[in-house]
Amino acid sequence: MIETIAFTLNDQPVSLRVDSDRPLLWLLRTDLGLTGAKFGCGEGLCGACTVLVNNEAVPACQMSVKAVAGSDVRTIEGLAKNGQLHPIQEAFVAHDALQCGFCTPGMILRAYGLLVSNPTPTRQQIVDGMEDNLCRCGAHVRIVEAIQTAARALKGGTP
Amino acid sequence: MKSKTAQPVKQAVGVAPPASVTRREFLKRMGLLGGGLIVYATVGDMQAFARAAREGYKGAKVPVDFNAFLKIGTDSRVTCFVGKIEMGQGPITSFAQMVAEELDVLYESVDMVMGDTDRCPWDAGTWGSYSTRYYGVFVKEAACEAKGVLLELAAERLECPPARLVAQAGVIFDSNRPGNRVTYGELTQGRVIERHLKELPALKPVTEYAISGKSYLRRDAREKVTGAARYTGDIRLPGMVYAKILRPPAHGAKPLDVDTSAAERVTGVEVVRDGDLVAVLHPYPDVAQQALASIKAQYDLPQAGVNDHTIFEHLLKNAPSPVVVDQAGDLQMGQKKAATIVEETYLNSYVAHAPMETHTALAHFENGKLTVWASTQSPFGVQHQVAEAVGLSAEKVRVITPFVGGGFGGKSASAQAVEAARLAKMTAKPVMVMWSREEEFFFDTFRPAAVVKIRSGLDQDGRVAFWDFHVYFAGQRGCENFYEIPHHRESVYGEWRIAPGIHPFAVGPWRAPAANTNVYARDLHLNLMAAAAGQDPLDFRLRHLKDRRMRSVLEAVAQKFGYTSAKPPSGRGIGIACGIDAETVVAAMAEVVVDPKNGAVRVKRVACAQEMGQVVNPQGATIQMEGCLTMGLGYALAEEMRFDSGRLLDTNFDNYTIPRFSWVPKIETVIVPNPSLPPKGGGEPAIVCMGGVLATAVHDATGAKVFQLPMTRDRVMAALKNK
Repeated sequence: MIETIAFTLNDQPVSLRVDSDRPLLWLLRTDLGLTGAKFGCGEGLCGACTVLVNNEAVPACQMSVKAVAGSDVRTIEGLAKNGQLHPIQEAFVAHDALQCGFCTPGMILRAYGLLVSNPTPTRQQIVDGMEDNLCRCGAHVRIVEAIQTAARALKGGTP
Repeated sequence: MKSKTAQPVKQAVGVAPPASVTRREFLKRMGLLGGGLIVYATVGDMQAFARAAREGYKGAKVPVDFNAFLKIGTDSRVTCFVGKIEMGQGPITSFAQMVAEELDVLYESVDMVMGDTDRCPWDAGTWGSYSTRYYGVFVKEAACEAKGVLLELAAERLECPPARLVAQAGVIFDSNRPGNRVTYGELTQGRVIERHLKELPALKPVTEYAISGKSYLRRDAREKVTGAARYTGDIRLPGMVYAKILRPPAHGAKPLDVDTSAAERVTGVEVVRDGDLVAVLHPYPDVAQQALASIKAQYDLPQAGVNDHTIFEHLLKNAPSPVVVDQAGDLQMGQKKAATIVEETYLNSYVAHAPMETHTALAHFENGKLTVWASTQSPFGVQHQVAEAVGLSAEKVRVITPFVGGGFGGKSASAQAVEAARLAKMTAKPVMVMWSREEEFFFDTFRPAAVVKIRSGLDQDGRVAFWDFHVYFAGQRGCENFYEIPHHRESVYGEWRIAPGIHPFAVGPWRAPAANTNVYARDLHLNLMAAAAGQDPLDFRLRHLKDRRMRSVLEAVAQKFGYTSAKPPSGRGIGIACGIDAETVVAAMAEVVVDPKNGAVRVKRVACAQEMGQVVNPQGATIQMEGCLTMGLGYALAEEMRFDSGRLLDTNFDNYTIPRFSWVPKIETVIVPNPSLPPKGGGEPAIVCMGGVLATAVHDATGAKVFQLPMTRDRVMAALKNK
């Protein structure tokens, strides 16, 4: 259905006249030009399209536009502030926690969602929390280490 | 010296020796022979191109002119051009190190341009762990010659004997008068350097390296963590549309009747047909996908054919005659000396590449020229394929390779680029083709299923008396013998790339093609022989090894792992495997726990040592090892494509399982230093051990011999019953 949908996107209010049944992923990637969320599987099975909706990590390919009406949506483009990387991003760079980088935005936002719900996770809790995000290059060990570093940098605070 | 100073002589083009024609055409194509060019010509130039262009594919050559590989800007920043692509394996960092080292500039002052057929020197493709060990030599030679020319130019400019000149961080100065200096940018003024050296100076000795051999973090990390990094699917052009293509339900299915009327009624949708190519186009991929789903198509399905259970019998029945790729001694004589025969058959399954980024391409015609952005491992290959498909000469096709979201060999084939180009031609619009995950699995060029049969014998002293190795359809790579075995033969029946009509779908190179299968079979078999001989598996291997490089990695991994001797199966769950891939020697040890109730294999830790000659970026090489070991858990334990009569039964990540966070063991890596050898491959070697190291670990834990990869729970349970 074509309707006006308003939500907050990366701290900015947006109001769009759209077919509200469309997947959020493709609205972001086409109409809004935010290509950080990637298409990987189309069924919410890989996590490459992970974004934050009200600080919860969700697959954008499984989220309709209408489902985010009135919500706070954050994509990878909205994580660094004034050119300053977020501590999770910094930790990914410092640990070389990526190779091809295609899963990386989703990994970082999944980690963000994890640290919102649990600011001081154990290693096992990180592994459990990241389980649904897939990486084919095999950067897993470094991703876990990067999240541990980020959690320490945030000192138990909100990401 | 001064008399030889450069003069602007554009006519130098006319006096260039014949061998430089390719180079000139190349420079022209790159737009480098434009107006206002200052040409540094000397008499010596007549001989400058005595070195022949490097051989290439379909007449293409890898140029020898260093200008093809690098350009120095007025600000002294260096742009390095390479035909290779960045798919995560890290050449964007290591090539920059190699250039900076050889040219004596700061690493930070090097920019990389990769995989652009208009701007970069030709390359066959990014595969085979060739980037550093093969193409890296070209890059180093280019930088080395460029520095030599810069030193000549500086000697003239500074009126200083060459012997007194020092090149450092992009500046050349007189060591007697450091104030007498000139920057690279001042010398070149951002232009092509038309002077060349008669002979290539010696490359910098490794003992003088300050940048190569030092660990650097990925230079593309910031772009990749902010979402700024552009992959093919992220390119946007005005008026572009997404194409969704009608696909058959099974390989071999033929469309009988296709009704596109419902799709045509969707607002804004364009339906195009060209023979078997039926596509739906819309500015939104999700709308195109919905419209595609409304197409009604009837197919003539293929007759019942092979499935993932019957495939092995099919392969053996249809095997071509073997090629003996390695042999020594006389097998019959070896058999006479054998007191114990060990004979087994090993199976390996089809596995998918499954990169996170599906095959994607964007094609755009403009002014008779076609530009294609493609996620590919072979931009120059795509250039030719696309040109042929749309009836253009290759020069009219430019292929640009943005960041590639994983390849592993699977993006050596790039059918999506041809589809995008054909559709762009038909519609006169920029067309993006981004395969769905189902298409990615369906059109993958799978690692072929394979069979290995090994017949071997032990003599009365517990030494290998003979070794008769037969590999069907995996291929040769990695099967050659490196042990001291007096009588052996390695026979190869079919390669991973040459098997027309054999496999039910396309097959191709999968990270270290053939070697994963060959090493799995060899190492499990060696452990069974060690068990039969009552010997420790490491000692058993070392007893048969003189090769110093292989011994060095086995000893290094044993030390890292804290290995102690025991006869298999020891109950400890410790495995061992080793091999040679891309000229690198590698060995691994692992510890597993097998759940006797359900056959689940949990990998507790893996250690891996490799010796790869000189290492450009130890951090990058280490990460490639970690990636190989992690990815290799998949083909060893879970990954296989199930299929029946041309239909694929696993079409997404819910049923085709790849390694996840919870699978990943403690990983330890060692790079055994050997600066006496030039760099060897790094992208693939460590993965070759994973099947063997885990199969031997499962055997050591339980006595179960798992003769088929992946070692699924069912197969482990069956092997436990059969032991």
